[in-house]
Amino acid sequence: MQKKGDQMNQPELASTIAIRRVTQGDLGDVVALDKRVTGNAKPDYWQDIFERYATRRLDQRFFLVAEADTGAAQFPLLGYIVGEVRGWEFGSEPCGWIFAFSVEPDTRQQGVGEHLFQAMSAAFKTAGIGTMRTMVARQNQLHMAFFRSEGMVAGPYIQLEMEIDD
Amino acid sequence: MQTSSRLAIYALIELAANPERQVSVSEIGEKYRISSHHLAKVMHTLGRAGLVRSIRGVGGGYSFSGNAKRTTLLDVIELFEDATGDCKLADPSKANDAEWVLFDVMCEIDDIARATFGAITLATMLKQIGRRTKQARERASG
Repeated sequence: MQKKGDQMNQPELASTIAIRRVTQGDLGDVVALDKRVTGNAKPDYWQDIFERYATRRLDQRFFLVAEADTGAAQFPLLGYIVGEVRGWEFGSEPCGWIFAFSVEPDTRQQGVGEHLFQAMSAAFKTAGIGTMRTMVARQNQLHMAFFRSEGMVAGPYIQLEMEIDD
Repeated sequence: MQTSSRLAIYALIELAANPERQVSVSEIGEKYRISSHHLAKVMHTLGRAGLVRSIRGVGGGYSFSGNAKRTTLLDVIELFEDATGDCKLADPSKANDAEWVLFDVMCEIDDIARATFGAITLATMLKQIGRRTKQARERASG
């Protein structure tokens, strides 16, 4: 039952992983990583996310990036995660929402995602938040499996939707 | 989930927790209060799938030979049962609207179950067990 992308087939990271807040200079690498993973380049979207989540209310908004902590890394950016404290939506007490997350495909299974997730968890905790949430497409087994492995389970809400008739 | 799938998951958790160790069917059966006879059949299926290795002779038993980070609960369940569950229509050509609507509801539930089982690996199960054990220990120590 060996599947594609096993750890043994991945290049090893040259150094340990450092997590920090995003800067304007990182945005090109964020857009490139997002495009590599999703197939869509969205520079305007990411510029807007940067302005909203990396320049204001920084005690409750966290746009974090992972990089190798030496300058000789093969990849300028190993991954990113974006989250925010939101309160009272859907009747919920304030909680931390993760709404964007990605890891460089060639460095998966090496702890990058876990470092990002733990850093976000610590940031929410510092903000006084005890619960964090995310939403994952049902067919996105990669993210589903990752968040599960970090201990996330189905929460008290179910997402509903419908097609709007013409 | 059928009994065989459940037994297989218990057995794999037991073996994957310590892949170097050889564990007998009776040892697993005792821990999970399972009939050794039923468990032996389950282990045979797991062996054919390459998830466990059988070691014969005195002190023999089974050891884990799969990849705990890559084997999901759905992979295990599908060895024993048709995981499409209740998402079936006996005869689609004759089904009426009520049957189609109930079919849609059952498929919705089935999709969620499949996505859940397909996202939880044996390694994740072991991590969850570790967290639960740690929490129980912390509660006990006050």
